Amino acid sequence: MAKSWEEINARIASGEAVVMTAEEFGALAADEGVSAAARKVDVVTTGTFGPMCSTGAFLNFGHSDPPIKMGEITLNDVPASGGLAAVDTYIGATEPSRTKGIEYGGAHVIEDLLRGRAVHLKATGPGTDCYPRTEIDTWVTLEDLNQAYFFNPRNAYQNYAVAVNTGDQALYTYLGTLLPRLSNATYCSAGALSPLLNDPTYRTIGVGSRIFVAGAAGYVAWEGTQHNPHQDRDEHGVPVKPAGTLAVIADLKAASPEYFSAATFTKYGVSAFVGIGVPIPVLDEEIAETLALTDADLKATIFDYGVQRRSRPALGQVSYAQLRSGSIEVEGKTVPTGPISSLPKARAIAAELKRWIAQEKFTLAAPLQQLPQPGSQAFKPLEIRTEEAI
Amino acid sequence: MARRRLDLTFPPSQATKPIAYHLVKDFDLTPNILRAQIQPGQQGRMLLEVVGPREAIDAGVAFLAGEGIEVLPAASDICLDEDQCVTCGLCTAVCKPGALTLDNDSKLVFDKDKCVYCEACVVACPRRAITLRF
Ligand code: SF4
Ligand code: SF4
Repeated sequence: MAKSWEEINARIASGEAVVMTAEEFGALAADEGVSAAARKVDVVTTGTFGPMCSTGAFLNFGHSDPPIKMGEITLNDVPASGGLAAVDTYIGATEPSRTKGIEYGGAHVIEDLLRGRAVHLKATGPGTDCYPRTEIDTWVTLEDLNQAYFFNPRNAYQNYAVAVNTGDQALYTYLGTLLPRLSNATYCSAGALSPLLNDPTYRTIGVGSRIFVAGAAGYVAWEGTQHNPHQDRDEHGVPVKPAGTLAVIADLKAASPEYFSAATFTKYGVSAFVGIGVPIPVLDEEIAETLALTDADLKATIFDYGVQRRSRPALGQVSYAQLRSGSIEVEGKTVPTGPISSLPKARAIAAELKRWIAQEKFTLAAPLQQLPQPGSQAFKPLEIRTEEAI
Repeated sequence: MARRRLDLTFPPSQATKPIAYHLVKDFDLTPNILRAQIQPGQQGRMLLEVVGPREAIDAGVAFLAGEGIEVLPAASDICLDEDQCVTCGLCTAVCKPGALTLDNDSKLVFDKDKCVYCEACVVACPRRAITLRF
């Protein structure tokens, strides 16, 4: 029953394509079997909306008169990179404000831009023959910028840790407040709707894939940073620990604050909830098998964040269905769970992407280049050493 | 048994009065201080929950008023800003009394009656969508 990308795109273009969200496909496959579901459905949409720290945007301000070569740059008091050409910058989501600390950061600047708010731009420069101005103080809106696009080096983590704390002190982490003595557990994945859990070996998701990024049509630009395809996998080939990641690019001007929200994690820092959705073509039964997996099939590994080391002890595995039930068993104790990744938003993203494909004829792009596959590259830690030791 | 939540404002002169002691001893009420901002010599505020027979609560409230303390029924002083909320669910992981929970569709449900004003969710919410006000 194999279908080609071209056949599926032709069906999208003619408005005949059958599109379902990953949850709907899972239910259909449970009812009618994977083969029948694979025959019936052309595209499955996925979605996720969780905090993704490696997020940011390139901006070009245009030139003032006389022009300036911006070196030190702040946007609403949040430092942005001055290490690019004269009026280019990169604003990183996690950068804290000089005046408000982590209560306002790069992610909040991006959210303010998306909401159409004016942002206070201040910069200084060295003053050169071609860029004589040494200071600038002005206000900009998203509309004023020549280019503004997301370039997020790491989004859409393929699975994530379940965090618990066996220590005696509450911990304030990027996975929320972890109460002492195993009093809660947090987890961060869209489970059955998560893009990379639906295509665990990156058959259809690769460089050049057309995707949903914060409400805009964007692309997978590259493998994400810390992309680690070698993590332990289950019998379906799905990783049970944080594994693959995506670097994504998309026009900020086409994005929506519906699907991008700044976040502050107390005593940790700034982050951003980013909405990512990936359409997956139902090419054959093999991909249909993983598209049909539900929260009951997908597992995550519990890690003890009470041990503050690079390698935290693993305390077992649980399914997303268990996590969503509100409590799990860890070391014989019933531990209440709370999510960080928004399921209602993930559903909204998968539904919106479905609408794009079914109604707006958003066609799919086959990868121009594959992401690194399991077994292809080692994942390296950072060792602390001297120059002589190299 | 009745349960009532009271918002007390203390004049500076009464700020250090042991009112909980009197409510227990003279009126047989079980007081539970949910929140307090009290400093000697300054106007203070207290969010107090009292449990006991209805008449005893009325008598206790009359006693407090007689002491010059302004007693108001506690207003809804914990606020969830739905425009800021992204339904991540993270607050539910720290709300021990179960005032913040997720329903079967993973939508946030807030049952204020269960709230003990511990502020754990205020600190945990990455959108700063929950605020506590006297
Ligand atoms: S203040 Fe405490 S009890 Fe009230 S909703 Fe927040 S976490 Fe729950
Ligand atoms: S933590 Fe904040 S944003 Fe998340 S569900 Fe609770 S109130 Fe909403």
